Order: sequence, then C-alpha cells, then structure tokens
Amino acid sequence: MRVWPIFKKEMRLYFTSTVAYVILAIFLLVMGWFFSQIFQYYAQASMRMAMSPQMGGQDLNVTDGILRPLFSNIAVILLLSLMPLLTMRLFAEERRSGTIELLLTYPVRDGAVLMGKYLAALAFYVVLLALTLLYPLMLFYMARVEWGPLLTGYIGLLLMGSAFLAVGLFASSLTENQIVAAVTTFGILLMFWVIGWGADAAGGAWWGKVLQHLSIVDHFDSFGKGVFETKDIIYYVNFTILALFLTLRSLEARRWKG
Amino acid sequence: MIEVQNLTKHYGPVTAIRDVSFRVAPGEIVGFLGPNGAGKSTTMRILSCFMPASGGTATVAGYDVFRESMEVRKRIGYLPENVPLYTEMRVAPYLDFVAEVKGVGRGERRRRVADVMERCLISDVQNRLIGTLSKGYRQRVGLAQAIVSDPHVLILDEPTIGLDPRQITEIRSLIKSLAGEHTVILSTHILPEVSMVCSSVVIINKGAIVAQGPIDMLVEQFFPSSRVEVEIADGGPGVPDAMRAIPGVLSVTEVKADGAGRYVVEAGRARDVRSEIFQLAAQQRWRLRELRRVGMTLEEVFIRIVAGEEHAPVAAVEPEADK
Repeated sequence: MRVWPIFKKEMRLYFTSTVAYVILAIFLLVMGWFFSQIFQYYAQASMRMAMSPQMGGQDLNVTDGILRPLFSNIAVILLLSLMPLLTMRLFAEERRSGTIELLLTYPVRDGAVLMGKYLAALAFYVVLLALTLLYPLMLFYMARVEWGPLLTGYIGLLLMGSAFLAVGLFASSLTENQIVAAVTTFGILLMFWVIGWGADAAGGAWWGKVLQHLSIVDHFDSFGKGVFETKDIIYYVNFTILALFLTLRSLEARRWKG
Repeated sequence: MIEVQNLTKHYGPVTAIRDVSFRVAPGEIVGFLGPNGAGKSTTMRILSCFMPASGGTATVAGYDVFRESMEVRKRIGYLPENVPLYTEMRVAPYLDFVAEVKGVGRGERRRRVADVMERCLISDVQNRLIGTLSKGYRQRVGLAQAIVSDPHVLILDEPTIGLDPRQITEIRSLIKSLAGEHTVILSTHILPEVSMVCSSVVIINKGAIVAQGPIDMLVEQFFPSSRVEVEIADGGPGVPDAMRAIPGVLSVTEVKADGAGRYVVEAGRARDVRSEIFQLAAQQRWRLRELRRVGMTLEEVFIRIVAGEEHAPVAAVEPEADK
C-alpha cells in the first residue's frame, strides 16, 4: 500500500494553496469570538453566583459553563460549515483537471489513494484542532479546569470530524465540481444533524429511537460531559467506515463508466 | 510486448472501439493513427488500466490489463492526451512524487528525477509551479513523469499536440531516443510524424482497425504500382500508346485534356519510368511540361483507407487478408 506518497502530496497541496490558511484563520477567529463571549457570560454569571447568599458563594463549573457550550458551538457552526471545504477538492479537482487519469494508472490501489487523501484531510483537521487548544489553555490561568472533559471533548471532536471528512470525501468522489461536492457534503451532514428532531414527533415509537440514534449531534453530547460511551464511539467509527467504503465503490464505478 | 485481442468498449449505447486487435514487439515504436474520435484514446486508456474494456483482452508485458492491473501499471509510463498535471506543484517535487508512487526507491529517486529532467530539457524550470509553465514545458513535464520510473512500455497519447515546430522536433527526437530499451505506442493524427518516428503503424477508423504493419509494407500494399504524372503541351492521340510501349508500364490514363495532354502512367512498384518517358518525349519532340512522380506516402495510404471506408467494407481494405 503506497499511502504515504499520496498523503505527502495532498499535504503539500493543502499548504501551497491559500484555502488551507484561510480556513485555519477563519476557524480560529470565529472560535475566538465564541470563546470570549461564552467566557464573559460565564464570568458575569459566576460573579452573580458568588455574591448571592443563597448559593453559598461557590464557583460555577467551568466544564458546564464554558467547555460544553464552546464544543457544541464548534461542532455545529464551524465544523458543519467549514469541513466540507476541506474535502471538496480531493477528488473533484483531480477529476476536473484530468489528473485522476494519471493517478489511477500509477501502481497504487484505489484504496491507497483513498486512504492517502483521507489521512491528509484528517491530519489537516488535527492541526486545526491542535491550534484551538489555545483557548482552553488560557482557561488554566483563570480557573480550575478539569482535564477529563477537555480530553473527551477533543476526542469527540476528532471522531465527529473524521466522520465529516469521510462524508466530504464521498461527495467529492461523485462530482467534478468542487462547489457541488461542498454543498452535497453540507446537505448530508445537515440532514444527519436534524434527523433527530423527528424523534420528538415520533413520540415513543420505535422509529423515533432509530432517528435519535442516527443523529450526529446526539452522539456528541456525552463527550462534552466527559463521558466515553462505547455506542457513541462505535457510531462515529461506523459512520466513517461506511462513508469511506462508499467512496471506494464510487471510485470503482467511475472507472467502469470511463 | 503489447497484445490486444478483440478489444471492445461501449460507452452506454455508443461503441467506441470494436474488435480491435494488434500487437507491438519489444523495442518497437508504433504509431497509432486515426482521425479524431476514431477510438485512439479509448484504446490507450484501456491499455493504461485507467478503465476496463467491455470485451476482449489486452496484455502488456505479458500481464493482463484487467486481472493483473498492478503488474501492468508498474511497467508502463502513460501520458494522457491533455497532459493533466498538478498545477499547484513545482516541477521537481512533482516528479519526485510520481517516482515515489511508482515505487522508485528513496536513494535512486533523486538521481532518476535529475536524469529525467535533463533528458526532457526541463532542468531550468525545476523550481517553477507547473501551472505557470508554457504548453511546451508542460508537455515535457508530462513526458518526464511517464519515463521517470524507467518503464518497459510507454503509452503516449498525442505527445506533440499543441507544440511549436521546434518543440515538436525536440520531443520527437526524445521519443526516438527511447526506442530499443522501451516499447512505445504513440497516437497522433499528424502523419509525417509517424513516418519520422515510428517503425510501424496501426490505423484505426470509427472504432475498428483498418490497417497495420510496417510503413513501407503498407504503402506497398495500398499502392502496388508507382505512378508518374506527365503533362505534354501538344499531346496528340498517339501519346498514350507510345508510352504504353515502354517496358514496365502497366497502364496510361488520360486525366484531362484542356489544350494540353495530361496522363497518369502506372508502372511496377520498383520501376521508375521517368527517364524513359523523358527520352521518349525528346525523341518524339513532344513539348514536355511536367514529369512528376506521385508521392506514395503514408498520408495517401491513410486518406485512401479512411476515405475508402465510406465506400468499401472494412474487410476489403484489411491487409491481414492479403498476407
């Protein structure tokens, strides 16, 4: 399996194009704004709490007050809107420019091409997440932060992100238009995001539970609280594997169509 | 080295190629000729393992392109028609990537990349972004990526299209220099190119092979006689008969006679009857205006075959039948 050269090539392309830097900058900027807003709100709330005699002057929990809202905001707004941009190029551009014809005639299996590209996108995402550590680290100066929820929160983000990237890769393999790839990814993710809403309408019916289980957002909750739930981990891993499998199939189907 | 048998490819209801069969011997440079849309690129895409055929088999270096695709891919260098390259990469890192993907070892890679850049005359642009290069340079980078792993077989789809005349000459001599150690199949619709570069040709039209073989053999096959055009200012009725008397002359036809007499003289292939005709004219005091051997070039073979297709069924011009 010659995954490594493909990985290196994709990383090189990420960092020679401006797209990568724009995504990094915007992600950090918007997240910084979230952080400062949530932090101010938390500071005011805990101030009031401290002065109120009924509450006995105890501190508000940092995990619940800052980290969880921060994580769910990253998850919803940033990942949902920016992740499709990270993967849209990967196959669509190769197809548009015709380079796929060379790539798929090199002695590399389709699976290795897929893994090289996926791992490159994942590595870029890890860099992105690593940079966001800046904000929680600032908290260490100002408050008592629990390591556990911080760690599980990040692991949750990583798992969810890897599922997003796999969906993005799949969408990119379907088209030669990057915008179509990005919009398709966004649509699929959004559907999985809101699919759980149907559960409320279902009441207690069995399919309500199914919809609930399919929802991407519900599985993230426990990570934010500092809990590892096997079913949530399995959900994201399955989601990723299924999307990558479909991508591989789509690559093969494209070969037959010529 | 390359063996293609009854290869067929359908795109939905459209048949791109049907029952294409040919073979290429090791070390040979074969020209793959045909008008646009004849199925050249389709055949090359199948040979390069980019897409599977709908029917028939193809083997490259003894391996089946479909069942043993990895073995084939290790042994070929492919240059697709529009030279798709990563425009955001620089030349040297790009070639290094290709060499690595093709399995050239780390130590050897640097040497191979430098060597191939020198051969393709692109060392001077090695640090440029591929997207900023001119068409000629891109074409050469494309060729460089095809040969960087030193493959046994090269599949080049229109390698000289869009180049200026000087670049064409350079690329041609580069391809020629590859003969012997590499087996090359190159497609083109520039006929003189084939006569210059290739030892034999495969002519394809409307998805089917219409002729194949060494160039001189093809010419001989399609033009079994040699032809001379004669124009005589005061050509009278006795002229054709007088010329028919020349030994070796097979036929004399009068083409048109507006004032002058114009004749096409056919003789045996090896016979050059021009000097005899000249002597005859001098003897008879004909006023000879023109005496010209009609070229029996590949171009005419090609035109004859491709145009002949319209009237004659494929089998009638299939050279295999005569052998």
